Amino acid sequence: MGKQLIQTHRFPNGLTLVTESMPDVQSAAFTIMVPGGSIYDPPDKRGTASILADLISRGAGEYDSQQLSSALDNLGVQRHEGVSNAHITFTGATLADKIGETLKIYAHIIREPHLPEDQFDASRAGVAQALLSVEDDARQKALVELKRRAFPAPWGLPSDGELAHLAGITIEDVRTHYKEGFHPDDTIIGIAGNIDFDEVRDLIESLFGDWEPSAGREEPALDFPTEKTFFTEQETTQTHLGVAYDAVPYGHPDYYTAWAAVGILSGGMSARLFTEVREKRGLCYTVSASLVGMPGIGRVLCYAGTTSERAQETLDVTLHELQRLGEGIDISELERCKARAKSSLIMSQESTSSRAASIARDWFYLKHITTLDQIHDEIQQLTTDRILGYVHAHPAANFTVLTIGPKPLEVPRDLS
Amino acid sequence: MIFHETKLDNGLQIIAELNPNAHSLAIGYFVRTGSRDETADVSGVSHFLEHMAFKGNEKYTADDVNRIFDEIGANYNASTSEEITLYYGSFLPEYIDTAMELLSTLIHPTLRQEDFDIEKKVILEEIGMYDDLHSFTAYEKVMQAHFQGHPLGQSILGSVQSITDLTAEQMRDYHAKHYLAGNLTLAVAGNADWHKVLELAHKFCDHWPGGQTDRPTDEAQPKTGTQIITEKKTQQQHIMQLAPAPSARDILRLPAEILAVVIGDDSNSRLYWKLVDPGLAESAEIGFNEYDGSGTWLTYLCSEPDLIESNLQLIQQIFDDVNQRGITQEELDRAKNKLASRLVLRSERPMGRLSSLGGNWVYRQKYYSVADDLELLNNISLDDIQELLKKYPLGHSTTAAVGPMTTVVD
Repeated sequence: MGKQLIQTHRFPNGLTLVTESMPDVQSAAFTIMVPGGSIYDPPDKRGTASILADLISRGAGEYDSQQLSSALDNLGVQRHEGVSNAHITFTGATLADKIGETLKIYAHIIREPHLPEDQFDASRAGVAQALLSVEDDARQKALVELKRRAFPAPWGLPSDGELAHLAGITIEDVRTHYKEGFHPDDTIIGIAGNIDFDEVRDLIESLFGDWEPSAGREEPALDFPTEKTFFTEQETTQTHLGVAYDAVPYGHPDYYTAWAAVGILSGGMSARLFTEVREKRGLCYTVSASLVGMPGIGRVLCYAGTTSERAQETLDVTLHELQRLGEGIDISELERCKARAKSSLIMSQESTSSRAASIARDWFYLKHITTLDQIHDEIQQLTTDRILGYVHAHPAANFTVLTIGPKPLEVPRDLS
Repeated sequence: MIFHETKLDNGLQIIAELNPNAHSLAIGYFVRTGSRDETADVSGVSHFLEHMAFKGNEKYTADDVNRIFDEIGANYNASTSEEITLYYGSFLPEYIDTAMELLSTLIHPTLRQEDFDIEKKVILEEIGMYDDLHSFTAYEKVMQAHFQGHPLGQSILGSVQSITDLTAEQMRDYHAKHYLAGNLTLAVAGNADWHKVLELAHKFCDHWPGGQTDRPTDEAQPKTGTQIITEKKTQQQHIMQLAPAPSARDILRLPAEILAVVIGDDSNSRLYWKLVDPGLAESAEIGFNEYDGSGTWLTYLCSEPDLIESNLQLIQQIFDDVNQRGITQEELDRAKNKLASRLVLRSERPMGRLSSLGGNWVYRQKYYSVADDLELLNNISLDDIQELLKKYPLGHSTTAAVGPMTTVVD
C-alpha cells in the first residue's frame, strides 16, 4: 500500500486529533465527530439532535447564518453536517492551504453557536420535511425500518427523529442537548491531506485547547426488539424487502471474516445474491447485503425491491442464498473478495475525505487506527475454511423480515 | 498531467490524460447514442442494450464478464442518458490489459435471445423501481412535456409496453446502426502508458465497423403548459419545471453553470435562503442541463402540498428579480470559488476526471485541463451573466407535478 503517515494526539481535555499526511494531493479534508447523536435524545423527544444539527450552523461566533455559509463558500469548502446515532458529525474538504482558516470557522460553530430562537421553527420544519420524504420513498423507508427492528433502541431508532415527537421539542431541549453533548472528551477530529502534523496540532490546540471537559454522563440503556416480522401496507409499484440477521461488530477479531462472508453474498456483480436473484432469474433490479454495526453489535442488512407478483419468490430465493452460504465457499469467490479489498484500499488513498472519515471512525470504534497495510494483511490471510467456520458459528438464521408494499408475504415459519 | 489524442482508421476517437502519480486508472467508452436517437417503436432500447452489454460475447459469458471484472477488483458500471451511453470502470494500473479487453467486449455483445428474455424482466423491474421514485417520475413527465415532438423528450427507460414489445432483432438492428466506431470515444484518465493504451486499442478495436450516425441537433422549440400527474398517496408534492437554456456548445454554458449555483444550489443560494432555510421546502433547486443543440433550466421544488402555491410564487419573484437586475459581483465571486474547489477536488481521482474528459470531447471535441477550466471560470464576468439572462431568462415553459395535488397554478 505504501507507507501511511498517521499521527494521533490526545489533548489534556480529552479531545483526540488523528491525522494522515498525504503529500501527493492538493486537498485536505476533515471529519469532526462530536458525541451529541440521536441516542441521547430524550425518549419522547426523538429528533432533538437532528434539529440541533441543523440549527448549529445558523450563526456562530462573529458570523450570522448567511455570513457563515459565505465564508465557507469563499474558502471553497465542500461540507456537510449530519446526525448519526452516536454523533453530530461535521465533514468538509477544501484546498490544503485553506484548511487552517476553515477549521477556525468550525471552532466557532462547535463552541459558540448562536442557536437562534427565531430560527428554531425553521430548523424543526426542515427536519419534518426530511422525515416526510422518507415516508414517500419506500426503499429508504424499508432500510430505516429494518434498522429500527434489527438493533436495540435507541441505536436502531432513526437518527433523524420521529415525526410525532417534533411538535413537543422546544428550543430549550435543543440547547440542553448541546450543553450535554458538546464537549472535548469523546470528540474526535480526523484530518487527512496535504498537511503538516505539527502545524495542525498547534492550530487545534489554539482553537480547542481551553474547551472545558464534561462532568460525564450516563449512556442510554439498550432495549432489544422481540418481534421478528413486519409488514407495512403502502401503494407502491414494487414490494420492498428487508432482511436482517446477526453478525460480529467492527473491532471483533472475526470482523474481516464476516466482511468476506458478506462480500461473497453481495460484493460485486459476480456475488451470489446479484447472480442468483437478478442475473439468473431476473427477479429484481436491486438486491444487496451489507455489514452494519454499532459498538459491540453487528448485523447483516439485506434489501431487495421487486414487483409485487414476484416478491414472494424474491424473498424465498434471497433467504435460500443466505442460508446456502454455510454449505460451502469456492476459493475463487474468496479470491475475488481479496481483489476487491486490495483495489478499494489502494484507491481510498486518492480521497482525502474518505481517509479523514475512516481514521476518525477507527478512533471511535477501536481507539487506534488500523492502517491500510494491516487491513490488507488481515484480508490476505483469510481462507475459505475460516469463513465457513465463521458462517457456522454465526449462521444466517433468526431473521428479522420487513416488507413494504401492497400485500404481505409469507415468511417461512422455521425462520422466525 | 499529459494529454494525448488520436483516431483509429475506423474512426474510433482515443483521448487520454495521464498521470503517473495516480494510484488508479479510469477507462470509459462514450457512445454517442441514447434515447433521443431512438424511434418510438424501440423506446428504451439504448438503455436495455446497455444492460445486455454485460451479457458477453462468443468468448465471454455473462458470468465471465462479472467474474473477471471482480477478479481484478474493478469498480465498473454503465449509464444511459438522452445522448450518451457510457461504459466505464476504474482499476489498479496493473490490470489495464484485462480491463481494456473486457470494456471492449461490452461494446459488441452477442445479444443472445435467452439473455435478452431474462434481462427484459430486470428492465421491467427497473421501470417499477423508478415508478416508486416520485422525483424521477416528475423528471420524465416534464421532459416529455417540454420537448414534445422533439427527440429529447423521449423516455430513457421506455415504457412497460415498449419494453415488453421489443424484440432482440430490433435491438440487433439498433446496435448495428449506432455502435459504429465513429460514434465512440475511448477516454483514459490516470496512471497508464500511452503506447500501451494504443497497443490495446488496436488489438481490441481495430476490427470494429467504421462509420458515424447523424443526429439532428436543431434547438428545441418547447411547448408551454402544465401537466398534472396526480400520483399515489404521497406526503410531499414534487414540482419540476423546465425552461430553455444554452446548449452544450454555446459559449454561455459556463455562465449558465455559475448562475445555477448562485440562484439554485443546494446550499447558500437565493432559492436556499428563501425556501429551504426557513423550512418552507425540503428542496428548492435549479440546475442547468446541456444537450446537443439545446439546453434547459430545471427547477425542482419539493414541499408539503399546502405550501406549493406560495413557494412557486416565491420562486417566480426570485426569477423576476434576477431577470431584471442580474446578480452581484459578490455572488459571482463566491460561486466561482465554490465551482473551482469542486473542480479541483473531483480531479484528484482519475474516475472524477473521466466524465469531464470524455464529456468535453463528445460535446465539444476539445480537451480542457483542470487549469484550463479554472481559467475559463475565472474569466466569466457580470456582463456574461447579463448576456445569458437576456437570451435565456430564468422561468418555466413547462411544469410537471407529482403528488397528492390535483391542480397547480401555473
